[in-house]
Amino acid sequence: MRALVVDDSRAMRMILARVLRENGFEVLEAGDGQEALAVLAGAELPDVALVDWNMPVMNGLDFVEAVRREPAYEAMHLLMVTTESEATQVVRAIEAGAEEYLFKPFTPEAVLDKLAMVGLSVGA
Amino acid sequence: MALAQTDFAFISDLVRKHSAIVLEPGKEYLVESRLSSLAQREVQGDISTLVARLQQDRSGRLVTRVVDAMTTNETLFFRDGHPFDALRRHVLPELLAARSATRRLELWCGASSSGQEPYSIAMVLSEELKKHPGWTADVLATDINEEMLARTREGLYSQLEVNRGMPIAALMKHFEQQGRQWQAKPELRAMISTRPLNLATPFPRIGPFDVVFLRNVLIYFDPEVKRAVLDRVRTVLRPDGYLFLGGSETTLTIDGSWERVNLGPSTAYRPRKDNT
Repeated sequence: MRALVVDDSRAMRMILARVLRENGFEVLEAGDGQEALAVLAGAELPDVALVDWNMPVMNGLDFVEAVRREPAYEAMHLLMVTTESEATQVVRAIEAGAEEYLFKPFTPEAVLDKLAMVGLSVGA
Repeated sequence: MALAQTDFAFISDLVRKHSAIVLEPGKEYLVESRLSSLAQREVQGDISTLVARLQQDRSGRLVTRVVDAMTTNETLFFRDGHPFDALRRHVLPELLAARSATRRLELWCGASSSGQEPYSIAMVLSEELKKHPGWTADVLATDINEEMLARTREGLYSQLEVNRGMPIAALMKHFEQQGRQWQAKPELRAMISTRPLNLATPFPRIGPFDVVFLRNVLIYFDPEVKRAVLDRVRTVLRPDGYLFLGGSETTLTIDGSWERVNLGPSTAYRPRKDNT
């Protein structure tokens, strides 16, 4: 399975990438939404994108909206991973097309829980 | 009774050495919820007594038990998923037909810790009973630890806690934001009542129940206590009721008076007819 981690924090990308790699994912990384769209244009479609909200250039919400406008990306699951925790913001992300939502900080198990919720079970 | 900082420091150090799991400050409730009943069972005392005994535990037996309790009996929302699907898809439709005269369901969640399991049950009930006006359901949450029961009544969870097992749609539907925490909505909390209960001793007057959730707790008892607990559960479960256990637990090797029922990918147990 393949995952795209979109976060402007290199440390956060490393944390997520490690959890994902330890659970059998091939991991692609991008530092903002625009870079992530460029990655998508040039690579085989990942199974899931884990997307931060607050990033420079193109934020996570705009990225989610852009992905959901593109039929070629329909099969990719979208999971927000963010400190943005206002209920109104959560609802905006879900309405834009994010399927699940993980609050920072999180435990590695919580990442796996959320992946399972979008149908990507990675075993025990 | 609050956990002494020195005891917390000792336990977190022990768990870190033996499991590499780090219990940061703020996780005192976790130590209390996991170790209170173990302390009572193993050293007939509280966590301070347990710590004193751990310091002299040459065999390592007690250390192993403590580390197991701290690392395997975690509590999260919708743990394992499928028991809650089985409740929704198999058990509730059957009970809705069988209880049409009273339109009332009674469920019990034993060893309910900080409440994630009873709230998971209550969320399923709330969603399903909405389709059947006039029905009510009560979930009794019991635990040996009064502080855990107080937490359950409050229904207030950190973001770290709601990250574990809770689908975002369920959080939005059933919880309200309180700063950086999330509290179960009043209607969900109203479905849950709490009561202190030690599974290892005779039960107070409770039940009868249509469904009992007793998950991931029998593993901590020896076979005789397991058998006694299951005997007592049978007396408070209605003859056509269901018992859900944890994934690694079964009645079959312990007590022949139960029969196993497959509910999709999940397994539940019912009192054997010729035994009731």
